[in-house]
Amino acid sequence: MGEKADVWQGTLALMVLKTLESMGELHGYGIARRIEQTSGDVLSLNYGTLYPALLKLEQEGAIVSEWGVSENNRRAKFYKLTRVGRKQIERETDNWEQTTAILARFLRGTEDPA
Amino acid sequence: MKKLRAALRRFAGMFSRGRREEDFASELEGHLQMHIEDNMRAGMTAEEARRDALVKLGGMERTRQAYRERGTAPFFETLWQDLRFALRQLLKNPGFTITAVLMLSLGIAASVAIFAFVDAALLKPLPYEDPRSLVDVTESVAVLPHANLSYPDYLDWKKMNHSFRSLDVYTGTGYLLDTPSGVEPTQGLRVTDGFFHTLGVLPLLGRDFYSGEDLLSAPRTVILSYSTWQKRFGGRKEVVGQSISLSGMPYTIVGVLPDSFEFAPRNTVEFWTTMHAGGGANTCDLRRSCHGLVGVARLKDGVSIAAALADTKAIAQQLERQYPDSNRGQTAAVESLTDAFVGDIRPILLLLLAGAGLLLLIACVNVASLLLVRSESRRREIAVRGALGASPLRLARQFVTEGVLLVLGSSLLGLVCAVFTSQALLRLIPKDMLVHMPYLRGIGMNFHVVCFAAAIAVMAAVIFSLTPIVQLSFGEMREGLTEGSRGSAGVLWRKVGANLTVLELAIATVLLVGAGLLGKSFYHLLHVELNFQPDHLATLSVALPEKVYAKDEQVVAARRQLMDRIAALPGVTSAAATSQLPVTMNGNTEWVRFVGRPYNGEHNEVNERDITANYFTTLKTRLIRGRFFNADEDATKPRVVIINEAFAKLYFPGQDPLGARMGDTTLSTKSIKEIVGVVDDLRESSLDEKTLPAVYYPADQSPDVYFNLVVRTSQDENALLPTLVSTIHQFDRGIGTSEESTMMLNIDESQTAYLHRSSAWLVGGFAALALLLGMIGLYGVIAYSVGQRTREIGVRMALGAQREMVQRMIMREGGRLAALGIVVGLVCSLGVTLTLRSVLFGVQSWDVGTLAGVALLLVAAALLASYVPARRAASINPVEALRAE
Repeated sequence: MGEKADVWQGTLALMVLKTLESMGELHGYGIARRIEQTSGDVLSLNYGTLYPALLKLEQEGAIVSEWGVSENNRRAKFYKLTRVGRKQIERETDNWEQTTAILARFLRGTEDPA
Repeated sequence: MKKLRAALRRFAGMFSRGRREEDFASELEGHLQMHIEDNMRAGMTAEEARRDALVKLGGMERTRQAYRERGTAPFFETLWQDLRFALRQLLKNPGFTITAVLMLSLGIAASVAIFAFVDAALLKPLPYEDPRSLVDVTESVAVLPHANLSYPDYLDWKKMNHSFRSLDVYTGTGYLLDTPSGVEPTQGLRVTDGFFHTLGVLPLLGRDFYSGEDLLSAPRTVILSYSTWQKRFGGRKEVVGQSISLSGMPYTIVGVLPDSFEFAPRNTVEFWTTMHAGGGANTCDLRRSCHGLVGVARLKDGVSIAAALADTKAIAQQLERQYPDSNRGQTAAVESLTDAFVGDIRPILLLLLAGAGLLLLIACVNVASLLLVRSESRRREIAVRGALGASPLRLARQFVTEGVLLVLGSSLLGLVCAVFTSQALLRLIPKDMLVHMPYLRGIGMNFHVVCFAAAIAVMAAVIFSLTPIVQLSFGEMREGLTEGSRGSAGVLWRKVGANLTVLELAIATVLLVGAGLLGKSFYHLLHVELNFQPDHLATLSVALPEKVYAKDEQVVAARRQLMDRIAALPGVTSAAATSQLPVTMNGNTEWVRFVGRPYNGEHNEVNERDITANYFTTLKTRLIRGRFFNADEDATKPRVVIINEAFAKLYFPGQDPLGARMGDTTLSTKSIKEIVGVVDDLRESSLDEKTLPAVYYPADQSPDVYFNLVVRTSQDENALLPTLVSTIHQFDRGIGTSEESTMMLNIDESQTAYLHRSSAWLVGGFAALALLLGMIGLYGVIAYSVGQRTREIGVRMALGAQREMVQRMIMREGGRLAALGIVVGLVCSLGVTLTLRSVLFGVQSWDVGTLAGVALLLVAAALLASYVPARRAASINPVEALRAE
């Protein structure tokens, strides 16, 4: 088993929202699996940490939840993006892109001082 | 926005915790099962699949905890837990809780109710624009610190002063108004043109008086009070511009005052008219020596009352030099309008507030000592919780929560009681007096009062939270677990508790001394020498219409006929008339001068009354020398005067005044009168004032259309009043009657008597409650001490101590505390009662009888309070006491 990276502070919420945006309704386990898969199994996600994050997003109104039945007939809670959530994705994506762009410029600068 | 929403949902989450956790458990369960199934599909064994799923999920308990913390607001949740625990604790000890809540709410109710009055009367400014810069302006003479202004003086003051932005005057007057049900006397106020402008009041309808509209040359105009507009004119807007007839003169209505307008000294006024100085038969306005006006002024910016007073006094001095005849000894008085309006009740209200405050303090002390006893018995519980890991902060929070809860409950109960109490107190004020205290109208729970109550609550909460925390200093906490370790703490508590009791008893002493002095002072007031018999006297004000009775002879004839008719009524033994009823005031004064005596221009100021011949016999006032007036002494007979004894003593010391002649300051021929009699000092002034020298003139020699009837009857004087009114109206429907009352009622409900009575009763009530609470406190301390010392007492008895000795020992402990409390209290009351001086009448503030009586009462109360626990101590069974621990 190779070294896996921990989830960066503050990015879990955005990953959750982005996952729900592309997948539509999904239960907690599904979200967790999906995040891992999308990261190409590079991220090590403690599934437990997902739930307080989901609760926080729900309290903030970015997502809503509803009980439903999973693909293999289990009772599960499904999460769905709201309008507030979509706005939040836009905002946080912008922020994130800006941050990475700045950081990228710094990294380039140190590699190539010319 | 997002954060707020999340916070709200977390807060709300506190209340649906159980359901949410159940939800989460099944969500996690679903998660696990799906994961296990996936793992098994990937080829793991059932056990491997389960273990992997659990590992991936992380610690289940930690997940749950994180979820729980996110789901609620932890601070509020602990608070909620503490609250529930506190509530359970309080409910578990209903005796403690009920006593504490009752005592505290009693203290809160008393002080908040009194504060509502203080707020209404002293703190809430007058309902005028910028009331701080409004002042009451009057003249001042030796015998009357606030004497009225004369119109010429007013004009000069207005012209010469540098302190007032504006100065206006007013004076009361009566108008006879024609109504469908007959003539009604109504009250009016004559004011100068800028009166409402000075107060900063705008009419609701119509306009204010124009500048110059108060001159004699201007047409007569009137502004209606709101209630008159509603009551007499049906609230119709068209009244503005209409003409009405007041005492037979036409007036044009130019405006209506707003409902909120009030003018405390003359709040029954219906018609506000302009001055029209010198109009009609009114010659008083034009004379500099005739004083009938009160001034109200607005100070210029930055001018203090003291500066305005100095300025006005300087003008008065200048006028004194200019007009030595009329203005000798006339100086000025300027005080804030608030003081002028609420003056006499200020010291009494502050006194009551202090009394209520002391009662509150006793209540707090009692509750605090109850809390001490209780925290003492909870030592073990606290120690256990501490040992189980509760942080000191958390334990302290528990006490704060309990204290706050206790105070909250008591405050709510106290506030409700305060609302009822203040309404009840308000109802106790006679209606006639309430009219002159319009500021009490809106009394109730306003912002100030609620703030005051909140301040008390915060203070009490701090005391009650700190008391047990300090008591259970946390270093000691572990000791609580070991057996029998409460000895040292018990001693500590006994010391604190004992000191609190001394404080309580001292406060009770102060309140009792105050109540005793006020009670004694009220007794003196009611037993002040009246020099007449006030029972079985009916009184009534009469106004003859000036138009009909225009000539003096007509007035005299009408009054004689009227008096004859009244005297003939069944039950009536005697009927008389006077210009001013007894026991009302010093005032309506006159300057006199004696024929044949050197005169330096000094004003000999005396009360002046016009009376009918049988006035003194009706009142049953003693004649000391000479004779009473004869029934036929009118303008055709030589002018005569009767003086009172104070007059004789002051101006005829050691001489016989009979036959002496006196007159006005210029000794004008028509003013010369001969003294024919000396009567006892009939009480003309209000009860607590000194009676001034007085002169009595025959009413028929100076007839007036306004007079007061005094009728003595052998039957119930109240029952006579309707008959009196109907008799007068049978005589002439145009005669106005008002203020039907009885002499006893006049005296009993006079402002002076009322203020003394109510303050005596209220402070007495506070004192009685304080005594009761003090006794409970003392009992509590002694009983607790006996409880703590059970073992010691058992040992003593086992060693042969007699029961009486034990009882005496306990009683001695109580006696020592009581003695200390009483001594401290007596010393304090010496200081406190000095401030009472201004409201006391006929009693020294250091009244030995009262002090001794209070001390005796307290000793008896203290003995009673310590007797019960002493008895219990004496009945301790030594064997059981030794086994008990």
